[in-house]
Amino acid sequence: MKLLKLPVAALAAMLVALPVSQAGANELTIGLASEPSSIDPHFHNLGPNNAVARVMFDRLIMPDDKQRLLPGLAVSWKAIDDLTWEFKLRQGVKFHDGSPFTADDVVFTFQRAPDVEGSPSSFGTYLKGKTITRIDDYTVHIKTERPYPLMPNDMSTFSIVSRKHGEGAKTQDYNSGKATVGTGAYKFVEYVPGDRIVLERNENYWGDKPEWTRVTLKAIKSGPSRVAALLAGDVDLIEQTPTADIERLKNDANLTLSQGISNRVIYLHLDHDRDSSPFVKAKDGGDIKNPLKDQRVRMAISHAINRDAIVSRVMEGIAIKAGQLLPEGFFGRSPNLKPVEYDPALAKRHLSEAGVGDGFKLTIHGPNDRYINDAKIAEAVAQMLTRAGIQTDVVTMPRSVYFKRASRGGPDGTPEFSFILVGWGSGTGEASSPLKSLIHTYDKSRGFGASNRGRYSNAEVDKLIEDALATVDDAKRQDLLARATEIAINDGAIIPLHYQVNTWAARKGIKYRARTDEATVATDVISE
Amino acid sequence: MSTTGEQARQAAAIAQSATVQTPLRRFLSDFFESKVATAAVAVFAIILFIAIFAPWISPQNPYDLMVVDVMDSRMPPGEKSLTGMTFVLGSDGAGRDMLSAIFYGLRTSLGVGVMSGIIALGIGMAVGLAAAYFGGRTDTLIMRVVDLQLSFPAILIALILLSILGKGVDKIIIALVIAQWAYYARTVRGSALVERSKEYIEAATCLALSHRRIVFRHLLPNVLPPLIVVGTLQTAHAISLEATLSFLGVGLPQTEPSLGLLISNGFEYMLSGKYWISFFPGVALLITIVSINLVGDQLRDVLNPRLER
Amino acid sequence: MSVFITRRILQSLVVVFVMSLLVFFGVNIVGDPVDMLINPEADQEDIEAAIRALGLDRPIHEQYWYFLVNALKGDLGKSFIFAEPALKLILQRMPATLELAFAAMFLAVVIGIPLGVFAGLRPHSKVSKTIMAGSILGFSLPTFWVGLMFIMIFAVMLGWLPSTGRGETTSLLGIQVSFLTLDGLSHLLLPALNLALFKMSLVIRLARAGTREVALQDYIKFARAKGLSPSRVVLVHVMKNILIPVVTVLGLELGGVIAFAVVTETVFAWPGMGKLLIDSIQLLDRPVVVAYLMITVLMFIVINLVVDILYSILDPRVRLKDVKS
Repeated sequence: MKLLKLPVAALAAMLVALPVSQAGANELTIGLASEPSSIDPHFHNLGPNNAVARVMFDRLIMPDDKQRLLPGLAVSWKAIDDLTWEFKLRQGVKFHDGSPFTADDVVFTFQRAPDVEGSPSSFGTYLKGKTITRIDDYTVHIKTERPYPLMPNDMSTFSIVSRKHGEGAKTQDYNSGKATVGTGAYKFVEYVPGDRIVLERNENYWGDKPEWTRVTLKAIKSGPSRVAALLAGDVDLIEQTPTADIERLKNDANLTLSQGISNRVIYLHLDHDRDSSPFVKAKDGGDIKNPLKDQRVRMAISHAINRDAIVSRVMEGIAIKAGQLLPEGFFGRSPNLKPVEYDPALAKRHLSEAGVGDGFKLTIHGPNDRYINDAKIAEAVAQMLTRAGIQTDVVTMPRSVYFKRASRGGPDGTPEFSFILVGWGSGTGEASSPLKSLIHTYDKSRGFGASNRGRYSNAEVDKLIEDALATVDDAKRQDLLARATEIAINDGAIIPLHYQVNTWAARKGIKYRARTDEATVATDVISE
Repeated sequence: MSTTGEQARQAAAIAQSATVQTPLRRFLSDFFESKVATAAVAVFAIILFIAIFAPWISPQNPYDLMVVDVMDSRMPPGEKSLTGMTFVLGSDGAGRDMLSAIFYGLRTSLGVGVMSGIIALGIGMAVGLAAAYFGGRTDTLIMRVVDLQLSFPAILIALILLSILGKGVDKIIIALVIAQWAYYARTVRGSALVERSKEYIEAATCLALSHRRIVFRHLLPNVLPPLIVVGTLQTAHAISLEATLSFLGVGLPQTEPSLGLLISNGFEYMLSGKYWISFFPGVALLITIVSINLVGDQLRDVLNPRLER
Repeated sequence: MSVFITRRILQSLVVVFVMSLLVFFGVNIVGDPVDMLINPEADQEDIEAAIRALGLDRPIHEQYWYFLVNALKGDLGKSFIFAEPALKLILQRMPATLELAFAAMFLAVVIGIPLGVFAGLRPHSKVSKTIMAGSILGFSLPTFWVGLMFIMIFAVMLGWLPSTGRGETTSLLGIQVSFLTLDGLSHLLLPALNLALFKMSLVIRLARAGTREVALQDYIKFARAKGLSPSRVVLVHVMKNILIPVVTVLGLELGGVIAFAVVTETVFAWPGMGKLLIDSIQLLDRPVVVAYLMITVLMFIVINLVVDILYSILDPRVRLKDVKS
């Protein structure tokens, strides 16, 4: 036995000693949960792409870890009249190749960003209805057709590219690195699709000097594999640490955890629209008038859910129970709303008042690979509702199938399900984003209610949302958004469950400034 | 010693296929000669019993949401639930008893494996017999399709089919049947061809017996032994394949978890020290597949010594 | 002869066409890729723009016609997610998969043959029985479970080998390979071993059966009687006899190994074709799924065709029969 052991150990030691040697003190390897689909910063408006793009390309306005808007390539901005915003640009900024950054690059970005060939999700979302004019080398004016308070938020979403390298460049030219010349903290080195992205420090960066000389990003999709890679020392930092492992990792002296609340609320959406909803049945399986249209039933459901149990048992304490659309600290939040209390007796009473005291049958649909512990949350909700008398079945499916059916799987492209588990992260970092997409009446022509899968409709709320979106004054807008939120939540438009909390785990000596937008950004990784 | 013993057994097996004397008793005594195989049969019988009677012997119905409570989640083996029940093998992330979940999982896994095996065997047998009996153009056409299908790995066929069909017990059975029937067809055709060339079939044909009579009374009984062997080994393979597909996320829905899905669900807890959520279903799966494989191995030795994998 | 080959090629073309039809329409009924790709903040107008950008607003038969016309020109479509030609994406990842498959085959032979020969030479020793029991386990253990256990034990608990990914690669004749660097080799070992396990059991059994058969034959007995050392007897005669079946079977199994790499690649995050396929299925990147399947179908059909042609050259009866029917 001994004889056998020695050579094996020696071989293993040999294999370990050379290659897996910790990267130099100033090098950083990050294990990502999902791979960016491209290096082209304008190709695909999605989290993983934006997280990588933001360290190579700066934005006019750079949201910090709490999504507060800080000066980026623009040093200041203000609305000079109802329809015009003026942006003053930063002077003396150089692209990675040494060429200077000017207003021309911003104007060029405005042309390119919404119009990339084959883009599956374009940045047009933030650029439409806006015209840019170059005033001088370091000033631009952006005009809108209507008063538009969210201008700074929109300007904080996309990367500014170099006109010199970007003109005529296709997505492939960015992937190969040919056109990947930004002003950002890190320079592009290498992109091996499916395997890694390598970045190098920009020694001439205009902002805070980045800490790491070289950053390697690797996508490891499976949560346990990501944790295993961290434990094995293959990566220095991982994102989206599974809640199941957090307790153990906390007790590991070689690791540090960084946690932060995210802008994502996990909520239930109910069918407010159909009189007979396909997944709501009477106890005997027969048809029934949709009880979810009754506010008392919606409140009964909310009271029947033990949010503390979901947070402590399903989320293992890594979540915060929710009473509205955004957690504390975000703009447009109502100070009056509290999470609904768990009160099964009250729930039963509400059900009797609504005439469904005997209960009914319901199916909850949810994804199983989208949000933290999504399938388990759906099951816990079903357990709780079943005990409250609403006999609930659980159906979970991969998001590839789920979102189509939840959004337009029914006849004539209507939502297919009656009662669903979904999540919403506010990309703009304030309340108009969820209000506009989830709560406002579905209105295709005006772009409202795109994700209103329960087809909630309330004229009063609609009016408040629309007013808020046309109010440039911050205090007034905050008030309008908060009022819209209060009315909608008290009406049971959606039933909030909890806010996600994200956990980054790193080897000792490294900390992460946990971001509310859930992104993993190399410049927010700091050594202790 | 055993080489000669084996040779003797081979001779006996060959003799047995020619003369039909008390074949069952012969077979049984040959089969239980091996202690390992006997043990495997016993283990498999227990597994089968558990799978069939799971709803009656499980401590709880793991899919009754009135019973399962999330407050009981992730209890280590031996802990008591809120209602006072003991979680012998611990509880999973939703608070259900692992022992019950494994019993029900066995039921699903075996059910899927056996059902798909039986259907595939039926289809394969019909197609294979037709090919062998009619020969000629029919045979060429059928075997072309069979060869083509066999050249594609089963896992790839099942993976693609399921990603199109979606999740569900019925769907995974369809996928496994499509992935497997060709094995049976080839086996049946092969041994039926051998039989067909034998004198007794010629004699039967001369006697102008009907097609049906020749096929069912004469050909079929003689191709059964290799079919049983292939069937057993294929069933083990199907169970393993189903577990793999569930792991890849295209197999069964969460509401009807097989052992494979239980393993995959529990894997997220492996690193956190809550080994029981994934480990015990893994052990159950392993025991099931090994016992079936051991039985199949012995069947092959006894029924048809020359059949190679 | 040429009639036979022409017939077979025509048949193959029909098969490829039918498969393309099945696969294309099959893949297109699942979900909606736009939901997977679009930013949640996008409004209805943006969603429609994305649908147009991906060409999904056209009727399905029209989409298929475009696919077919382009496929004949060697263009299997562009990935929805990466906007790169699907064929290029697959070819980029092919070397990683082939390297993994060949490494697995190599391990299966290098470990399997000695164990099998040993078990064949001393069928009654404890070690042989352990080897054979092990081979049953090898057949029975689901690949994914073993892979997970490997990561747990060798990467996490012992820390000997890296857990996931492909290590450093170097260029060999223009192809990126990882087995020439220690880092690459250490990344390769676990996944290759994982993938090899099933085939290793097969090799052990083949080698054992072959050895037992040979050991009884006269020329081996003669060689022993002549006083040749046992190791020489084994090496020369037994090996000669068992290598042929082993090589034949493994050759036939290569396709299966490449297909099963899907599982190993998923477990070990190995950047090969299999992982690309799984990712593409999950993200509904239809062009890549279709292209992957078309390439696989083509590959298997060509292999089959070559085998059949060789076979017909070697065995004239096959040819005759086919022409007659």
